[in-house]
Amino acid sequence: MLCQHCQKRVANVHFTQIVNSNKVEMYLCEQCAKEKGKFGMESPMSIQDLFSGFIGFDYANPYIKPEIKETVCEKCGMSFEEFQKNGKLGCGNCYEVFAEKLGPLLKRLHGNVEHHGKAPKRVTEKVQTTKELEKLRDALNKAIQTEEYERAAQLRDQIRMYEAGTSK
Amino acid sequence: MGAWYIESGPEADVVISSRVRLARNFSNYPFPFRMTKEQEKKVLAEATDAVLNGNSAISKDFVFVDIQTLNPIERQIMVEKHLVSPQLAEGQRTSGALVSRDEKISIMVNEEDHLRIQCLFPGFQIEKAWDLCNKLDTLLEERIDMAFDSHFGYLTCCPTNIGTGIRASAMLHLPALMMTGYIRSILEACSKMGVAVRGLYGENTEASGNMFQISNQVTLGQDEEEIIAGITNITSQIIEQERMLRNELYKQNPFRFEDKVQRSLGALKHSRIMSSEEAMKLLSDVRLGVDMGIIKNINGETLNEIILVSQSASLQKSVGKQLTPDERDIKRAELIRNKLKLAD
Repeated sequence: MLCQHCQKRVANVHFTQIVNSNKVEMYLCEQCAKEKGKFGMESPMSIQDLFSGFIGFDYANPYIKPEIKETVCEKCGMSFEEFQKNGKLGCGNCYEVFAEKLGPLLKRLHGNVEHHGKAPKRVTEKVQTTKELEKLRDALNKAIQTEEYERAAQLRDQIRMYEAGTSK
Repeated sequence: MGAWYIESGPEADVVISSRVRLARNFSNYPFPFRMTKEQEKKVLAEATDAVLNGNSAISKDFVFVDIQTLNPIERQIMVEKHLVSPQLAEGQRTSGALVSRDEKISIMVNEEDHLRIQCLFPGFQIEKAWDLCNKLDTLLEERIDMAFDSHFGYLTCCPTNIGTGIRASAMLHLPALMMTGYIRSILEACSKMGVAVRGLYGENTEASGNMFQISNQVTLGQDEEEIIAGITNITSQIIEQERMLRNELYKQNPFRFEDKVQRSLGALKHSRIMSSEEAMKLLSDVRLGVDMGIIKNINGETLNEIILVSQSASLQKSVGKQLTPDERDIKRAELIRNKLKLAD
């Protein structure tokens, strides 16, 4: 197939452009595609380019619209598109909102998506209480099943004490 | 000055300094670049309060430095002393730094993250720097609710810092690796192992005077001890290589080696005009001479001090006025001559 632009060289680039919300598809040769300035390959790579590259679309080219629904962090108003532009997240909540999309990027950056290491004391304490509570609830269920009501009452009181402690 | 640069540390013949920094954020504010002026002020006030008004022993050891009140020269000096980053010194946000009196610890507020806790030690002491950082962080946690997620760890503005938020680095003087060209294979090996190599003043700066900063890139998935061990391990290997090559170079041609070193010392002692770039190059030669025992009456700490005081801003502060680049080069030559005369 010949390039639809110059009609001379062989087309080897599939080109999609969105003009006035109409999708226009073209088959171009490399040279014509470059001339149209659609491939920012000459510009130096920045960390943002890397990020957007990882996620799989070229934001530097505003003509090709990403076919993703815009998700916005309800806490700081950051959109995923904005993150792709500047490589920075708006607040801690963004990580939760964009968790799914960030996964592959984190994997590329760190080879891992799960934190190991230090945690704030309040977090480790909370985990401790949650585990403790689970244990007590299990024991309570067992006690009820085996009709040890005295023990169940004791356990229930203990659970209440724990819950009151964590809600403080 | 009880600062790191005038103290001697272990393995100081190759490792100039060791640094560990932790990136932390408040859980109840957006990250700095999304904050309003009001929020910036609040974070700065809360952070300052947590450090200075805490009941712990640290409060007396820290001074608050308000970036906004510093003039450009004073800001640049903070950067030259590695107490704040160039970005923080630009002062676009309401920001500041809490600096320990011995200048080994600096807590930057409202940089890319709300808090950047850094500890800087002379020589090869990465573990010691981490210990201190860790203790400080734990103390601050008592007063500040840090942004943390059980899966992602400590949440940071840039995903490159997420997880542990730790960056451990060593500043290395590698003249023999540079001279022999073996530095290239070291750099390649580093990048394969997830270790970044940068210039003297961190991100986006060039290596000058054969100084390189190596640091971990991965912050998520490995715990702090693993990361520290990794950087320590690579640093030890580079130290070994560098020492071996220095001895090899000397053995091959002792006269040429000594000649190079002594000529550079001569140039520093007698020049009347000295650019910063040339100074860094000559100081590197002299440092090599000192470390190899060729130059005896000068020590590494004097050289560290010369590097620091001959930086542009520090120079201008010492004369108390702005200088043109030409004037700076003249002043720099004079200052270096005097410092070396004192050592003689």
